[in-house]
Amino acid sequence: MTDLSIPPADLATPLGRAMAFVWHEAELLDRKDYAAWGALWSADGHYVVPIDRDSEDFVSQLNYVYDDARMRALRIERLTSGYSMSAADSAITVRTVSRFTLAKSEGDEVEVRSAQILAAYKRGATTLFAGDLTHRIRFTADGPQLTQKVVRLVNSQDALNALGFLL
Amino acid sequence: MNAPLRFHPRKADSSCADLVQDSVVDPALYTDPQIFDLEMDRIFARTWVWVAHVSELPKPGDFRSTFVGRNPVIVVRDRKDEIHVLENRCRHRGATVCEKTKGNATGFTCPYHSWSYGLDGKLRGLPYSDGYDDVIEKADLPLNSLKVGVYAGMIFASYNHEIEPLEDFLGNARHWIDLFMKQGAGFPVKTQGEHKFSFKGNWKIQLENTTDGYHFPVVHKTFLQSVDAETSEMLSFMTDEESITRSLGNGHSVMVMVPEHVDLDVDDGSEPLQERFAHVTEALSKDYPPEQVRRIVRSLHGAGFNLNLFPNVAMSMSFFRVLRPVAVDETEIRHVALGMDGGPEIANRERLRIHEHFQGPFGFGSPDDAEAWERVQAGAHAGRDVPILVNRGLNREWQDANGDKVSHSTDETGMREAYAMWKRMMSND
Repeated sequence: MTDLSIPPADLATPLGRAMAFVWHEAELLDRKDYAAWGALWSADGHYVVPIDRDSEDFVSQLNYVYDDARMRALRIERLTSGYSMSAADSAITVRTVSRFTLAKSEGDEVEVRSAQILAAYKRGATTLFAGDLTHRIRFTADGPQLTQKVVRLVNSQDALNALGFLL
Repeated sequence: MNAPLRFHPRKADSSCADLVQDSVVDPALYTDPQIFDLEMDRIFARTWVWVAHVSELPKPGDFRSTFVGRNPVIVVRDRKDEIHVLENRCRHRGATVCEKTKGNATGFTCPYHSWSYGLDGKLRGLPYSDGYDDVIEKADLPLNSLKVGVYAGMIFASYNHEIEPLEDFLGNARHWIDLFMKQGAGFPVKTQGEHKFSFKGNWKIQLENTTDGYHFPVVHKTFLQSVDAETSEMLSFMTDEESITRSLGNGHSVMVMVPEHVDLDVDDGSEPLQERFAHVTEALSKDYPPEQVRRIVRSLHGAGFNLNLFPNVAMSMSFFRVLRPVAVDETEIRHVALGMDGGPEIANRERLRIHEHFQGPFGFGSPDDAEAWERVQAGAHAGRDVPILVNRGLNREWQDANGDKVSHSTDETGMREAYAMWKRMMSND
């Protein structure tokens, strides 16, 4: 028998709690429950989809998405208003998130890295969106809150299809 | 009395020119792969095609790779500061010599057999050259070179070495290019990154869209709801009589959405600076005199118009829109963000945030545009005898003294200009 020496996911550890949170978030996004997704965020949180995969300096570069609380609220409003053609007729998505690593743990905040594979089905075509995720999660008395989420698509420098959903 | 809609559906012996009729267009223009192939030969291989902006190549050796039609090319600045547009294709067996989108190089070397080329495209070396003694002359085998023209920092290239000078081709559009560049507010305009996305539709569907004011409040309702009242008011041109579309000849046209921002140098001081930019105004006021602060902040949304240059680039308020035809039913779009070269960082960042808000695959505007365009492509397959209409505003279009046709910004004057040029170019064998 081989000892795989992989620790079982323990939801009591910071990494385990973060994993449970990220899976919950992924489920909300696939269900397009954007109101509930919006409530996961701390007021100072940033949702970022950079163009340059290697960048950490998001504010001085052009991104696909660089949302603070205001822009996130507007984005959710747009996606749920029924007036956006691309959102009203958006792709059905199924995503899995795995390959979790604890990148940082400081005080009540952790940073976890993971891999996301997302299939989006629309009008006869299924499109793959693969990317690295970085979540910064703050554990508060009211439960965990997202302080940053960065989605680095493998093909971020390429031409993407226009999206009516969130990564 | 209404004029009857006349349309003669395509017949076996119809020529390309027959497909563009009196303000209606045959849907085959969107769907026929043979027409697409002809467009690559008769339009993209014959006219001036935009390839880059000079700010993308500030130093000798700087390059960016792109396409002219379907052909991969490299735009590069050589050591003598001359700009070359070279086919990205080794003269030996055809491999691309550059796979990076941009960078700095001392030359280009083919990965297959190491033929190496200078920044000017000259073949500099090839390994084990004894097999070529008395077979080839290196001087005969440079990277194929396109004709280059630069106007106001806009770099164009053409496969047609006999083509008219770029200035003549741009004609009446030059005045609008000059106006567009005033958004640098005293600084040279520079590119600041780009969004790239593709849609399943013909390139002309995007070409039409740049001067299509009619779609704006419909398709972009959620964008308009998401901006502040001042910006929304600025973009409410539907019933503004000063908001016009103007044909500029050679397929070019311009649509004015914000008449008071057509010439950003003209400022009577009556326009309040937008409240949403208060933090920028406040920060700039520490370093710049009030008139320059006003000029920079008034320019943050760019120029008050979309200038459409046939066939592949638009100078659209605060960005460049570049289209690349990939196939009859696939088009790639780049939205290039602009800023002030050497200008204040806080204002350049604000411009990035404005760009992210509307543009790109995740923007509040572009995905809804792409959705509409894909619907056009899908629907155009229905009914060969049903024309595409580009006749809006014919009842109120008038001709200016310089020959430009003018109508309201929601009218299809710009599209008619583009299709007139299409017809002219496609008629030449």
